[in-house]
Amino acid sequence: MDALERIKQQVESHPVVIFMKGTPQFPMCGFSSRAAEALKQCGQEFAYVNVLADQEVFQALPQYANWPTFPQIYIDGELVGGCDITLELFQSGELKKMIDEATAKRKSA
Amino acid sequence: MNIQTDIERKLREAFDPVHLEVVNESANHNVPPGSESHFKVTIASQAFEGERLVGRHRKVNAVLSEELAGRIHALALHTLTPDEWFERAGRVPDSPPCLGGSKAG
Repeated sequence: MDALERIKQQVESHPVVIFMKGTPQFPMCGFSSRAAEALKQCGQEFAYVNVLADQEVFQALPQYANWPTFPQIYIDGELVGGCDITLELFQSGELKKMIDEATAKRKSA
Repeated sequence: MNIQTDIERKLREAFDPVHLEVVNESANHNVPPGSESHFKVTIASQAFEGERLVGRHRKVNAVLSEELAGRIHALALHTLTPDEWFERAGRVPDSPPCLGGSKAG
């Protein structure tokens, strides 16, 4: 499976997934760290892909949703944005709502 | 050519902003002194009215596509409408500290 296919599979098979540098436990970049922390605080499980551990995904991800930077956060199959957008939505309470809805939708499906 | 000046010029031309601040934050990161790799942009413009954050960021990314394709490594982005800008009295969050990035191995 090529890298774009693998990205698509991750995005479609999880209600919430973050493509980040490092892992939520050991983030390698301040922007990835903050975005993962906001997801954690929303209280639902989420998937992650360490782009530093997969060079093909690292190179292909910017093309996938035409978004040039890391991290990238997808909820319910759709790109939400990067770190700044995720934090802004977290602070307004919207992020938790989006995550709760996406998680509930998958569970009932 | 100075990248910071390029970013400022392109954003001014594209968005006619009521406020624009471009900060070179490279010194906080794992790059040589004098680098132009990490930037923070705060921009308030009528062009963002009625647009979700992801759409606003897409507009800025499109204008800076050349820079993002190689000349710069990170772009912290705070996109506001003029009303949002005045409501917040011009305050935007600080960028995160560096955790080593790809070079931390």
